Amino acid sequence: MAQLESIKVTTDEIKHLISNRAVEGETMLLNMGPQHPATHGVLRMLVELDGETVINCIPDIGFLHTGIEKNMEAKTYMKAEVMTDRLDYLNTVGNNLAYVLAVEKLVELDVPERAQVIRVIMTELQRIASHLVWMGTAAMDLAAMTVFLYSFREREDILNILEMVSGQRMMTTYFRPGGVWRDVPEEFEKAVRDFIDIMPARLDEYESLLTENPIFIDRTKGIGVIPKNKALGWGLTGPIARGSGIDYDIRKAHPYTGYENYDFDVPVQKAGDVYARYQVRVEEMRQSLRIIDQALKAFPKGPFRSNNRKFVPPPRAELGTSMEAVIHHFKLWTEGFDAPKGSVYFPVESPRGELGIFLEGDGGPKPYRVHWRTPSFSNLQVLSWLAKGHYVADLIAIIGSIDFVLGDTDR
Amino acid sequence: MEKEIKEITNDLKKKFKVEISEFRDEISLLVSPEKIVEVCKSLKKDHGFEQLSSLTAVDYWPEIAPRFHVVYQMNSYSKKIRLELRVPLDGNNPSVDSVESVYPNANWFEREIWDMLGVTIDGHSDPRRILMPHDWEGHPLRKDYPLGYEEVQFTFNHEEIQKRKPNPKD
Repeated sequence: MAQLESIKVTTDEIKHLISNRAVEGETMLLNMGPQHPATHGVLRMLVELDGETVINCIPDIGFLHTGIEKNMEAKTYMKAEVMTDRLDYLNTVGNNLAYVLAVEKLVELDVPERAQVIRVIMTELQRIASHLVWMGTAAMDLAAMTVFLYSFREREDILNILEMVSGQRMMTTYFRPGGVWRDVPEEFEKAVRDFIDIMPARLDEYESLLTENPIFIDRTKGIGVIPKNKALGWGLTGPIARGSGIDYDIRKAHPYTGYENYDFDVPVQKAGDVYARYQVRVEEMRQSLRIIDQALKAFPKGPFRSNNRKFVPPPRAELGTSMEAVIHHFKLWTEGFDAPKGSVYFPVESPRGELGIFLEGDGGPKPYRVHWRTPSFSNLQVLSWLAKGHYVADLIAIIGSIDFVLGDTDR
Repeated sequence: MEKEIKEITNDLKKKFKVEISEFRDEISLLVSPEKIVEVCKSLKKDHGFEQLSSLTAVDYWPEIAPRFHVVYQMNSYSKKIRLELRVPLDGNNPSVDSVESVYPNANWFEREIWDMLGVTIDGHSDPRRILMPHDWEGHPLRKDYPLGYEEVQFTFNHEEIQKRKPNPKD
């Protein structure tokens, strides 16, 4: 009876989401998170259980809401960029990319070829790093501890490269409207080359730990199946959609920053279960290595950012000799540049799916409205439907396979 | 691709009297609030827009008519084209019909625009706040909602600001 009372207090608001049996105390309402290690961040789930079977699952998000969209409205276009890193902290470079591409589209700014190639290399490195974190944590949820330690070893190499070019390991803010912050250092090419030489063997190593591991297969095959039509309806994008047989990648469908120049495949699996999503992500890492290889071979010389002084600050060296450069520098860092009235929507393929930014300008130096269509937010809502009928243990595997980042979900 | 978009927009113009505009090669259709569900149905069934990519709203305060635009981003996997729909809403307490019946993933997006901008969604299956705490008052992304900094007091307006300054002892 005491249990019944406590349920009444907590379930008033969500009565329409749970079954009547829960109200009568026949099934159990279990609170999971927001501090549970298997929820990959501060996600809270209210799970209705009949024995060990999940009847309803209600994700509750917002614990990491930091008002990034509102904050960006109060900053100039250049200064607002530092907020973008904080969204999806495993794909910081990719967030920068989406933002600078949207700004460049809004103000019609051209980017030199070298900057585009640098952007592709960095974004693909970050994609591999993000998938490695996913692989480690998702496998660890299924009790495969070794993969976690191994995958963080390779992620470290990538973070070292990010540090080498930008001075920061995670919050890089390296891409800027019009190009990149500074040219890559001399040792960059060698470091990336060393990494992509060693990585295929390392990927084989991971696969030897998971792909044919009977325990892993038992835990993942046939679990969390999403049919193709459901994946479309729930708005799934990225590796989850491709694991359900949707052959769609924004890098192919709407190429940006020169992706049309690279030869790569889009891995697609038909099964739609947790294992299929694992296969897609592993293959994506190999394809990213292919893209980086091609980009390194065709690494063009030339300027690393645009020469348009109305949008891009002049190099530091010019400030001592040119009055005009001083004026441009001052105007850009105090007032910023004006963007025209109008809105753009720019989608890019992040490691988790479609990262879209809606950017509206009002003629002034600050964005009038910014909206992040983040893949984690959109993909996570499938959980309430997907978890139904699975065991609690499988729910952990499903959560891992969705691969969300709560900073990205809550913004 | 150009031709396909033309066909679709012309068809919608004939059926629903939408207004077409273009900015930076992106096509945007202005749809009246009562027709949005019909337009979505038609886009999904007749024109191959399988997915609702994104849904958000913009506040044009202090303008009142229209104060809000609800912005839908449509995506077609098969035709590889994108389309923007804009629904203008008047007044300070606007409402729009839910498109959840056509695109199930509109659920969270619509909860978000209720939470952040205070646009009521008619016929929504789960009309709760999503990002802010459930007992929060106000809608943070509205333009008349302050960012939340402390006002700077000078000698000439010290008294005036002191009166409305939040005091931790209260």
